[in-house]
Amino acid sequence: MTSPAISAASSSSARPERTVAEPALWKRLAASPVFRPAATFLVILLVWEGATRLFAIPSFVLPAPSRIAEGFSSIPPGRWLEHVWATLRVALVGYAVSILVSLPIAMALTRSKFMSDSFYPLLVVIQSTPVVAIAPIIIVALGSGDAPRIVITFLITFFPLVVSMTTGMLATPSELIELSRSLRAPAWREFTHIRIPYAIPYIFSGLKISITLSVIGAVVAEFVAADKGIGFFIQFSTSMFQVPQAWAGLAILVVMSLTLFQSVSMAQRLFFPWSLPKGSR
Amino acid sequence: MEKTPALRFSGAGQIFDTASGTLEALRGVDMTVGRHEFVAVLGPSGCGKSTLLRLTAGLLAPTSGTVEVFGLPVDGPRDDVGIVFQKPTLLPWATIEDNVVFPIRHKQGRVGVEDRARARDLLEMVGLKGFERRLPNELSGGMQQRVGIARALLLDPDILLMDEPFSALDALTREEMGFELLRIWQERPKTVLFITHSISEAVLLADRVLVMSERPGRIIEDLPVPLPRPRTVETTSSKVMHDFSGHLRSLLLKRAA
Repeated sequence: MTSPAISAASSSSARPERTVAEPALWKRLAASPVFRPAATFLVILLVWEGATRLFAIPSFVLPAPSRIAEGFSSIPPGRWLEHVWATLRVALVGYAVSILVSLPIAMALTRSKFMSDSFYPLLVVIQSTPVVAIAPIIIVALGSGDAPRIVITFLITFFPLVVSMTTGMLATPSELIELSRSLRAPAWREFTHIRIPYAIPYIFSGLKISITLSVIGAVVAEFVAADKGIGFFIQFSTSMFQVPQAWAGLAILVVMSLTLFQSVSMAQRLFFPWSLPKGSR
Repeated sequence: MEKTPALRFSGAGQIFDTASGTLEALRGVDMTVGRHEFVAVLGPSGCGKSTLLRLTAGLLAPTSGTVEVFGLPVDGPRDDVGIVFQKPTLLPWATIEDNVVFPIRHKQGRVGVEDRARARDLLEMVGLKGFERRLPNELSGGMQQRVGIARALLLDPDILLMDEPFSALDALTREEMGFELLRIWQERPKTVLFITHSISEAVLLADRVLVMSERPGRIIEDLPVPLPRPRTVETTSSKVMHDFSGHLRSLLLKRAA
């Protein structure tokens, strides 16, 4: 018995061939899933480049891609790496703290009506507070160093995690919870054996949202107070009127966010293939 | 002297407190089920059949009256009761074999070699040899419910509670699963409490049919099924089966009218 997901995927990508010869290289490239978005992106870059030249748009308004590339290479790679590392470190530590804190909160909210009645409104209040607005306050309170930036990243990432984890754990079929109770198993195993695995697809949607938010959190924190990091670099460059450099920093942030997002997707694919919807395995 | 019944309800009632007031699910239920007897509980939907089952499993305590299993009041979940749910509710990430040994892993935290051997025996008995390493979503609905039955039998319970176990299956698979269950029951005699809303299913499978009223649920009829065992495909077309089913149908319809 072949899995329907596999057979469907192969039948849609492989068209019946008239000859036994391999299809031409460009045909195989065109069939790859990255081809279309990559081609679209390339076309946008070309139009962008052409338009900025044609209409002589000043680079502080919109620098041409070639000017952004120049801005990128005007900074030595070592300096870029320092900035990237500063931002990445804060984003990842904030993200990790967020995961560690949201899991027990989600378990408490799942387990007890009292806890969820008492704490859920508070969580919504925290979520409704604009992080950009409390960032300066947190920086004043916690001083220099990574700590305030990590707290800001944590504040911006943990709500989607708590919500997705709680939703997932509550979506567990009630029969399985009854089975667990009828077996008189220790209560924590209801989580480790049933609720948390069941919540994996939900948890991963939360993880995917939060990983990109963690970069936003780190950058916002750097805007307020930092002497390193891509967020700091963008602000510094604009204040020196080095707009192409700022755009290069922005491009690096986009690449960073995408890479982190893809890493989370890959982790799900690798470790929890069963949690993906049918057809995307 | 009368032998201790496997299951005895004496004036058992159940009232739930809900947000919109109280809801009386069961009122004064009296019934007994003998050891290794196959009893079907038949009734309209929402009549408290599932509540009856949860009381037996010790997942609920009656708000009035008593529920006894082997002469002792039920004061919580017990090991000698296995449950088969309406939906198979298997763990989608675990293999079929892991799903069958799940009760032991969940209860004790680890699974022994002999538990796995037992699970494989059970899978062979329910006709799923060779599927041990598959995942639930690779199996049909009927096959998944066979896994659910194997899982319920893992701890070798004396009492098997089945909550409309075949109602999610198509008619043909449903009938096939009924005969399959009878075969398993003959191989490993159990006390079975089988909840259903299908008259023909109740008649084909059970020694006795208990008919319940609409809410608040009470047992309004207690009828032995006048069909010899073993029951076969021929049984389903026999005149006795036809007449008895008709009798039950008129009972239920008269109540509804």
